[in-house]
Parts: sequence; structure tokens; C-alpha cells
Amino acid sequence: MKFINEFRDAELGKSLIARIRQRSTKPARLMEFCGSHTVSIAKSGLRQLLPPNITMLSGPGCPVCVTANADLDKAIALAELPDVIITTFGDMMKVPASRSSLQRVKAEGRDIRIVYSTLDAIEIARSNPKRPVIFIGVGFETTAPTVAASVLQAQQQGINNYYVLSLHKLCPPVVKALLDSVEVKIDGLICPGHVSAIIGSRPYEFIPRDYGIACVISGFEPLDILQCVDMLVAQVESGQPKVEIAYRRGVKPEGNRIALELMDKVFEVCDGNWRGIGVVPGSGLRLRKEYRRYDAEKNFGIKPGRPLEPKGCICGDVLRAVKTPLDCKLFRKVCNPEHPIGPCMVSSEGTCAAYFQYGEGYGR
Amino acid sequence: MEDKILLAHGSGGKLSHDLVKQNFVPLFDNTFLNKLDDSAVFELKGRLAFTTDSYVVNPIFFPGGDIGRLSVCGTVNDLSMMGAVPKYLSIGLIIEEGLLMSDLKRVIASIKKAVQEAGVKVITGDTKVVNKGSADKLFINSAGVGAVPPGVDISGSNARVGDKVILSGSIGDHGIAVISQREGLQFSSSIKSDCAPLNKLVAGMLDTGAEIHCLRDPTRGGLASTLNEFAESSGVGIRIEEQSLPVHEGVQAACELLGFDPLYVANEGKLVAVVAANGAEKIVEAMRRNKYGKEAAIIGDVVSEHPGRVVMKTRMGASRIVDMLVGEQLPRIC
Repeated sequence: MKFINEFRDAELGKSLIARIRQRSTKPARLMEFCGSHTVSIAKSGLRQLLPPNITMLSGPGCPVCVTANADLDKAIALAELPDVIITTFGDMMKVPASRSSLQRVKAEGRDIRIVYSTLDAIEIARSNPKRPVIFIGVGFETTAPTVAASVLQAQQQGINNYYVLSLHKLCPPVVKALLDSVEVKIDGLICPGHVSAIIGSRPYEFIPRDYGIACVISGFEPLDILQCVDMLVAQVESGQPKVEIAYRRGVKPEGNRIALELMDKVFEVCDGNWRGIGVVPGSGLRLRKEYRRYDAEKNFGIKPGRPLEPKGCICGDVLRAVKTPLDCKLFRKVCNPEHPIGPCMVSSEGTCAAYFQYGEGYGR
Repeated sequence: MEDKILLAHGSGGKLSHDLVKQNFVPLFDNTFLNKLDDSAVFELKGRLAFTTDSYVVNPIFFPGGDIGRLSVCGTVNDLSMMGAVPKYLSIGLIIEEGLLMSDLKRVIASIKKAVQEAGVKVITGDTKVVNKGSADKLFINSAGVGAVPPGVDISGSNARVGDKVILSGSIGDHGIAVISQREGLQFSSSIKSDCAPLNKLVAGMLDTGAEIHCLRDPTRGGLASTLNEFAESSGVGIRIEEQSLPVHEGVQAACELLGFDPLYVANEGKLVAVVAANGAEKIVEAMRRNKYGKEAAIIGDVVSEHPGRVVMKTRMGASRIVDMLVGEQLPRIC
């Protein structure tokens, strides 16, 4: 199959691994920002194949996982309003908020529907004109343009019962926040592929310039990631960090202009609340004033109450890459995909779920 | 206006009687059913296997099959996986008021075709009609009995260290064929359900005389769940090779698109066997002679390490755990 099997070729993989082993002499701590990379690495077992001087860390790039309980509680509070239909991507259903989850309030009789795209949410709004339909907007720069497009579509088509709870997050500002904290020490960053397809490579330029950290934008297949690791190792070895694109079939330096314009038209930058990291300036998106009538938070008076964190859960530390799931006392014992305590075990892109499902560190 | 099923078709009165007399009896024509007594009375000697399953697939027609074929194959296969020779089936229909009569006839014709292929008889049945909204078009329950030949001892707990694991063909076809037809998710694909009766394939395997320890059809939960069940019940480890798993291109593409793993997608015409190593090649050869076993291959081994766990060697040469399916990947696929 074009673009899949070619990037899973075993022989090419082995030769890339051999090259990395040969080239890599210095210790290198590499962080994959994105949850899809975390899953791909675990699924193909790449960690075991890299030389011991290379450490792979998982970053905060799972949008469901980084959504703070305070924000999840807002989604629950909206779901509990009379007549409301909540539309959401499936991953959000099981995430435990402070006191409940969307799955649980659905079982209690609230109308919550899983959609595959914002177009489905718009369609639901169109066919239920008397009921407010709220889309839970969780995601990075990859998702935000499609949500922006849905708001514009609602406006054009006079759909007045469509609302968005915007919990969108931006990647470059949170990378900066992580690097500014003294906790996380990395030599190279595997930059997200899909996010970069939208924002391009330029927003990462401060990372090598100000922090001396190598950056390579990677695709998601095993060979993509190995190629990216190889390029990062080359940068680390030469001591000349820069931003490079390994995922050339998906990413242009300037990104996707149309998507960026859409996003900018509907959203403005605000502070974002990240689980485990806290409020990061300029890392969130909210609807602009002109689109206030579509803003769920502004249009419904909700009081979600004080957020509570699950006892013993270290998802926050895992998201900051200061701990791995194997350091968690709950991991595999009380926390598993059937009974998740924290969000990193729920989302298919979550680090804990990936470690659990594919047995990273099994037998350690 | 098209002829539809009415509540009266399930009332026990004239319409019910006609429905059964006109549609079931002539099609399934056999001495047990034709009597229309309260039970079918029959003789079977020796050890018997008895199983039941309910079918609620949505939609009821999908590429490569329909709920009727599924209800026969599923029960025939459950019997076959114990090494039993399937003999007799019961078919119970729960019909939603308003179902097109032509759809019902299509399903019944499909049941007939499947029982003929499998060489079994439908000897008793039942029809109920429920109010619109109380069921979704058509639900079918089927039960079956079969005779287990002397000396056959197949169970998920019989896997032994050193055994070979055999898969009869490509994985994921059924689940993807069904989901490709779902409302809101319709995508065109050439993928067909693999839904098939496997009793003759199993008979061919048993005829080799080689030792078969475990047999199971990896339906809901897919291959991964079946292998985990074997590993857990037998207290052994199972090791498989990613590169040896046949996945059709269309299934792989759909899985990529939907975020599924073919290891967890349902099959309805495949089996996994754990067999003694010395007879493995002979069994694979026998399987390849049957049209439902053409792609049969050895995909792994039973090992003493990691008891209760399934470990897969990835294409890249690393190892990873293949866990049980957690939650549901696709609802109502069978």
C-alpha cells in the first residue's frame, strides 16, 4: 500500500538502526512531543532497538491527556444542562473529570454523542434546531482549523444552536514552558507531524536558537521515526542544532496557509490550562468576540465547582516527562484501560495506555 | 406498497402460520421440521456438543454476507471448534414490525444456502414480531448440536510448550466489511466479510490424524483476544511474528483510517489452531486444500516464557505485548 508499507519496511529499518548505532556516541535525551509518536514507538518496539545512550522521553502531546480537570468539569457541567446535546470525539468519553466522566453522565441519561468530525456536530445541530448542540473542542493546531470551519459554517447557514467549548491548545508555547522549567533536560525534540503540517517548521526556530536543542519534524511510521532519530543524532553529534523536516511528504516550512487563516479568523490566543503543567501564557485558543454567540462558556452559566485531582495519579509528571508510567504506583495495578484513574490511561494516544497496551518496560 | 412484516405475523394466528408454512418449511424441508410439533425429536449417539449464539449485526446485509448466513456460520463454527461434527440447528427470529418481507425472504434464503453448504439441518425454529423500535430490523438466535468423534479432545486449555500456532487466513475482513456500511461512516471498499462455515475445514484437519490441542474462531476481540485466551487458559506464553500475519490491503487501509488494529478486528470465517509441532506442516497442507484455508500459515509458537502473555515480534525486530481487547472497538458486528 502506498505510504504505509513502504514506511514499515523491515530491511530499511534495520539499516537505519545500524546507522544510528554507528553514528551515536554522545548521550542523547530525545523527547517525542506527540502522542501518536509515543504509540508508534511502543507499537513497533523502537525503544529496544536504539543504542543505550539514547533515551526516549514522551512529552505532553496528547490533547485529551493535557486537558485540565477544571476544563473537563466544564464539559460535564454543560452536559448536565437541560436539553443540551454534547458532541465530542470518542476519546473524551471515558476521561475521568473531578467527579464524573462524560460516559457516566451519558449513562445517567444525558444526550452525549460521539462524532468523527465537526461536520457531524453541525449536522446534529441542523436536525435538532430547538436544542443547543455543543461541540467539545479539544485538540492542538491540527484540530482547531476544522472547529473554526464549523463555526463559520454555522454562521453561513444560520445555524444558531451550535456552540463550541474551546479547550484547544498550542504546541510551541508549551514546549517553551517545559524548557524554561529546570526539570526537563533534553537534547533533541521529535516535533509533531500533524501539528507541523498546519503550523510549518518556523514556529520551532526558537528552540535550537535559544535553548540549543535539536529539532526534527517527524512522520508517524516506524521508518519516519527512525529517520528522525538519525537526523537528531547527527545534530547532537555535530553540536549544531537546527529545525529540520523529515516528514517532507506532509509538512512544508510555511505550513498550511488556509488552515492558519481559518484558525486566526475565528480564534484568538489566550492562556491555556495544562494538566500537570498549569496555566501557560499564550498556549490556548478562545473564540474571538465576533463569534461569541457560538462560545459555549460565554452563553451558558455553568459553575463546575472546584477541580479535584485523583490521589496517587502521576499523569502530570508523565506529561512533563519527569516520570514514566513505570514510576507510577497505580500503573497496571489499579489503573488500567478498563478502570483508568488518569487521562493518560484513557486516550489511545496517552503515554500510560501505550505503555500498558504494548508492554513497554515489561519485565522491568 | 411493499409487503412488510406486521405485528399480526407474530400473533400465533393465521398470518404467523402462513409465514412459517410458506417461507420456512418448504425451504428447510426435512422430516423433523415438517411435522411442526413443539419440539424436534432426534437421535444422536456418543458425546455431544451443544451451543447457542445470538446475532444482532447492524446492518443486516453487508458485503460478503448477511445476518442469516452469520447465524448459521457462527453456530456451526462454535461446534466445529470443539472438534464436533455439526448436525442440527434451531433458528429463532425476532423481527421488528415493518421489516420488508423481501428482506426477510432474502435472509431466509441465505440461511438455507449456508445450511446446505455446511451440510446441517434446521430442525426447529421460532418467529416473534415486536413493536417498531423494540428491536432493530431483525435479531436471530441459533443453537446447534453436533457429535464429537471419539478421541477428540480440543480445549483452549490444552496448549503445550513447543506447539505451533496456525491461522487459517487473513484477519479483520468481517469487522471492516460491516463497519464500511455503517451510517455516517460509509466508505466504499472492496472488502468482503469472510463469514463461512468452517466444519469441513476442521474435518480435513482432524483427518490428518495430527494432534490438535486448541481450536477457536477469532470473532469479537479478534486474533489478539483468542491468543490471549489460549495463553491464559493453558498457562503458557505465545509468541507470534507480525510479518507472518496476513492482512488484506483494503483492511489495513481501513484500519489506518479508523485507528483500529487488525489484530482486534472480528473475523467470522477464520480459525486459530494450536497443534503439536510434528504435525503442524501436515495440518497446514490439509487446510490449504480447503477453500476457507488457502492462506493458512504457521504464525507462532507456544513457549514457556511469559505465561499468560502473548508477545509479538514486530516488523522492525523488536518485541511487544499483544494484550486483550479492552472496551469495544466496534459495536454490534455480529
